[in-house]
Amino acid sequence: MTKPVLKVTDITVRFGGLVAVNKAKLSIEVGELIGFVGPNGAGKTTLMRVITGIITPNEGTVELLGKNLEGLAISKRIRAGMALAQQVVQPLREMTLLENVTFACGGAKTLNPITAMCSFNRDEEKDRAMKLLKRVGLQDSANREPSELPLGYLKRLEVARALALDPQLLLLDEPLAGLNQFEAGGLADLIVDLNRSGLSILLIEHNLREVMRICPKVYVQDQGKPLAFGQTDEVMKRPDVVKAYLGGV
Amino acid sequence: MAYEITLITTMAISVLFALSLNFITGFCGQISLGHAAFMGVGAYTSAMLMKAGIPLILTLPVAAALAGLLGLLVGIASLRVKHDFLAITTMGVVFLFVGIVRQQEFLGGEIGISGIKSSPLGREGFMLFCILLAAIFAAYSLMVKRSWMGFVFDSIADNEDVSRVLGIDVPRYKLIAFVIGTSVAGVAGGLYVQQFRFIGPDSFGFVESVSVLAMVIVGGIGSVWGVIIAAAILSVLPLWFQFIDDYKILVYSALLFIMMRFAPDGLAGLTNRLIKSLRKKV
Repeated sequence: MTKPVLKVTDITVRFGGLVAVNKAKLSIEVGELIGFVGPNGAGKTTLMRVITGIITPNEGTVELLGKNLEGLAISKRIRAGMALAQQVVQPLREMTLLENVTFACGGAKTLNPITAMCSFNRDEEKDRAMKLLKRVGLQDSANREPSELPLGYLKRLEVARALALDPQLLLLDEPLAGLNQFEAGGLADLIVDLNRSGLSILLIEHNLREVMRICPKVYVQDQGKPLAFGQTDEVMKRPDVVKAYLGGV
Repeated sequence: MAYEITLITTMAISVLFALSLNFITGFCGQISLGHAAFMGVGAYTSAMLMKAGIPLILTLPVAAALAGLLGLLVGIASLRVKHDFLAITTMGVVFLFVGIVRQQEFLGGEIGISGIKSSPLGREGFMLFCILLAAIFAAYSLMVKRSWMGFVFDSIADNEDVSRVLGIDVPRYKLIAFVIGTSVAGVAGGLYVQQFRFIGPDSFGFVESVSVLAMVIVGGIGSVWGVIIAAAILSVLPLWFQFIDDYKILVYSALLFIMMRFAPDGLAGLTNRLIKSLRKKV
């Protein structure tokens, strides 16, 4: 039996007296696309930050492909096989889209400063970056700077840059936030396409319509605690899930 | 001719010093308001060793090592701060340096160290030696800028958090920039001692730190050629015009303000814009 790509066990995060995440559990098998939802304040982003190493939990463990990530910095977690597309887009503003993705493609050359100092050629990485931009539909904007482009393009850039890291697990933090229905639908289709190519994906998202459309399984968290997990259509009908979202309607 | 040799030697030492700060601030985006302290460590190290009879050329690696070691320590202490907090931290280093040196009898205290023998290379030979070292570091800076290390520095200068998310070991690269930049500042300090044959605590104070920062900003943060030109011009201005030397902090601070307000990308940026507009017209 293969190990899960990501296994989160009993994660608890306290900020002073506030328990932001309480005994959270999560497991993603190879090739799964899982939605991670919950109302505002559910602790989704906090848990994502624990997974990426930005926040150190008070209790619990995070494993990536069976390896305990405790004590590892963000960069080392990324090198271990995860990639993150952030909710607030953060392109490298002084670089074109192509340069942004080319840089992300150069993981082997930037791992070690000595190698980085002695490496000059970018052709291979540029070719790969161009293919990735094409895959996310940005090939025509490759040589434009982020400041010239709308949010929808930059969200796709985040995804292209994450793919450039050649991850085993793609963490998507509200990629559809701020997009109109047409843009959100297009990006959601891209996420499905990436998943079909074998990539395991954890999608944190507020856009329930798209989550229900593209995610076969869903985790629901409420007030820091795991509330439900299972087939999306079944879970979203559960009275406790509906109550968490709609406040008892 | 002796005057011209003095000018050119001063220019070369200033270019080396400014390029060393450019490596930290221009390439890696780590602001430093205390860079003169590292030059001072190199200068005092070199001066003490030369007084003990060791030739300049052998003192320079030791000066570089000690300045780089201090740079590493300051770099480690500064890893958790950035932007204005980093500027204040590094500013504290230069005040600390001057304060400590002033209290040390063996470093000459307030009076400083004098009586350093002239270079066996002769004035012309020493000038060429300074030019050679500045040229080597300029070439190295250009090489780094073209390399993947330069690419990493660009990303860190742009956004450290994004660099981390892209798998970059940001602290490691920042420390490397600090160590290289401060080591070279130490070498510049060793050359400074040989050039002026006298050093005191005030030779490496806050005023000198602002002066070198002005050279980097006027030249264009991160631009090797821009910084070379700015350092060459700004280093000899006080020698040509006495009032600039008298009001150095005022003149250089005003220059910093004007550049940040009207041309934050410095001479290099102005030149690039000029070339672009000329191309459009053609």
